[in-house]
Amino acid sequence: MVLDKQGQIDLYTTMLTIRRFEERVAAEFYAGNIFGFIHSYIGQEAIAAGVCKHLSKEDRIVSHHRGHGHCIAKGADMRKMMAEIYGKKTGYCKGKGGSMHIADFSIGMLGADGIVGAGLPIAAGAAMAAQLEGTGKIAAVFFGDGACQEGEFHEALNLAAIWRLPLLFVCENNHYAVNAPVSYSLAAKEITKMPEAYHIPNRAIHGNDVEAVHQAADEAVSMLRRGEGPYFLECETYRWHKHFLSDWLEDLRPEEEIEAWAKKCPVAAFEAKLLGQKVLSCSDIERINKEVLRQVEEAHEFAIESPYPQPQDALEDVYST
Amino acid sequence: MREITYEQAATEAIQEEFRRNPRTVHVSTDLPDDLRREFGADRIRVTPIAENSFVGASIGLAGSGFRTVANIRMATFGFVAMDQMMNHAAKITYMFGGQAKFPILYRMTVGAGISAAAEHSVSPYPMYMNAPGLKIILPATPYDAKGLFKTALRDNNPVVSFEHILLGGVKGEVPEHEYFVPFGQASIKREGTDLTVVALAKMVYDALEAAEEMAKEGMSLEVIDPRTLVPLDRETIIESVKKTGRLVVMDEACQTCGAAAEIIALVTADKAAFSRLKAAPARVCGLDVPVPFSPPMEKYAIPDKAKLMEAVRDVMRSAPPR
Repeated sequence: MVLDKQGQIDLYTTMLTIRRFEERVAAEFYAGNIFGFIHSYIGQEAIAAGVCKHLSKEDRIVSHHRGHGHCIAKGADMRKMMAEIYGKKTGYCKGKGGSMHIADFSIGMLGADGIVGAGLPIAAGAAMAAQLEGTGKIAAVFFGDGACQEGEFHEALNLAAIWRLPLLFVCENNHYAVNAPVSYSLAAKEITKMPEAYHIPNRAIHGNDVEAVHQAADEAVSMLRRGEGPYFLECETYRWHKHFLSDWLEDLRPEEEIEAWAKKCPVAAFEAKLLGQKVLSCSDIERINKEVLRQVEEAHEFAIESPYPQPQDALEDVYST
Repeated sequence: MREITYEQAATEAIQEEFRRNPRTVHVSTDLPDDLRREFGADRIRVTPIAENSFVGASIGLAGSGFRTVANIRMATFGFVAMDQMMNHAAKITYMFGGQAKFPILYRMTVGAGISAAAEHSVSPYPMYMNAPGLKIILPATPYDAKGLFKTALRDNNPVVSFEHILLGGVKGEVPEHEYFVPFGQASIKREGTDLTVVALAKMVYDALEAAEEMAKEGMSLEVIDPRTLVPLDRETIIESVKKTGRLVVMDEACQTCGAAAEIIALVTADKAAFSRLKAAPARVCGLDVPVPFSPPMEKYAIPDKAKLMEAVRDVMRSAPPR
């Protein structure tokens, strides 16, 4: 898929939407208005945007606890997302899941999973469903370098490989599992050596370059749709916030490293590129930003104005009818 | 009526439902030949020895509109998949606000009695009862195996079937016409007036034998098989105890925090049933030890007819609690 101007603008808008949404969530969290755990996606926006651009509603994705970006890129309604983050009845999960567990099955977002690596076997099941349906649909799973340390990661790689499942593994290598550097935690110094061992085609790319992500995902998704089995994409990136937003959690990452990666901001880099290519003008960018902020504000208002669930709503949805 | 084995009855239910609904798949580490021949390798998949992977894949399949039967085989292997079972299968309907249905039938064998030692002998359904979101069935007869499977395969929730390892080859009457055994409906296997025995899984057979023998001693035992633990047919148990005034629960699972404890608690917490009790209830359960290998120790560790009869006599002799 050649990225035309509109395609570039779409990618930029998606990234900016994720950024502004996450900025608002962080601001409200630190103002004491949001409870629980928020794992911010800021810094990693290019990956969700670049991959999901190739997916339709019929393709299914699974994400982990840092999942807001994947939801937005897959087309989720930010109002229902924000309401869920606020624990409101109008949220995607009626306030039963919160930030870590947003799902929208109607757009093929099968949920964010709070147990590191556990979404991988679930995504393999979604890919098996796609394979059985035989209509060229695929599944994609987003996870971090931390998940690569879990047994379920290896089980899912093996399953996808032997069954040739149309499953796109998207490893967002942000170099840390909470504060433990992946260079310490993982004996394999290159993550792609692991899918390699399972004979899964793979590629490592710079995950902050949205066009690089878009292009690599294009090739991968095309292979998947042709029924050529799974594909593994490692996207190197960095999260700007701590593991989760917190007043008490320590951030033990080196300051100079944090600063260096801040200079590799995926949104700013792409914005500069689009300005340079004259795809967008300064006033275009201002207009897009204004519109994105309006949508985020609208989502926030919706969340604030929505009612909390009744306490006894806790008894509903344990079982389906 | 024709007689077929428990395992044949279970397989028949799967076959009927797989014929009816093409969006069904079967995953297991072994090769179910009959199913594979009829439904093909695409739908009947042999998995790697990686329980978390296929217990989890069943969830993804369910979330994508497929119904899965996942045969985990021994319940001890089920422990390997506890992340997917407890963190996901059990919670996912609820955590996502009921926006999707997760129709999955997980099968596992339970029980001891074949000198398989602790890593191949366990009855862990009480643990699963503590995980809201799972339905739990415990078929004891070929009739119930088929009827409960038929119901499970139309249910829209994760259902866990615990099947006693010694029951697979047991033969019994199974109608050829289609039928369903509803969840939450206990079966009164034998009516009686002196004492209620609630027995689970294979223990149903031991309890019926005990009831037969004790009838000769002039004791009338009512034997109830709950058939499903979640949902549990509280009413039938409570009504029976109100009638007999005495209760013994027999279960092979370890005693501590078991299904037997739950059943006794629900009876004693029911004011009407409590007021009719003529003796303190008793339980005859597996000892709180890992199941040992050597036959004399294994036999000692799990309940049997003799232990039940001893407990029944003791309860019958007891003075009223007041």
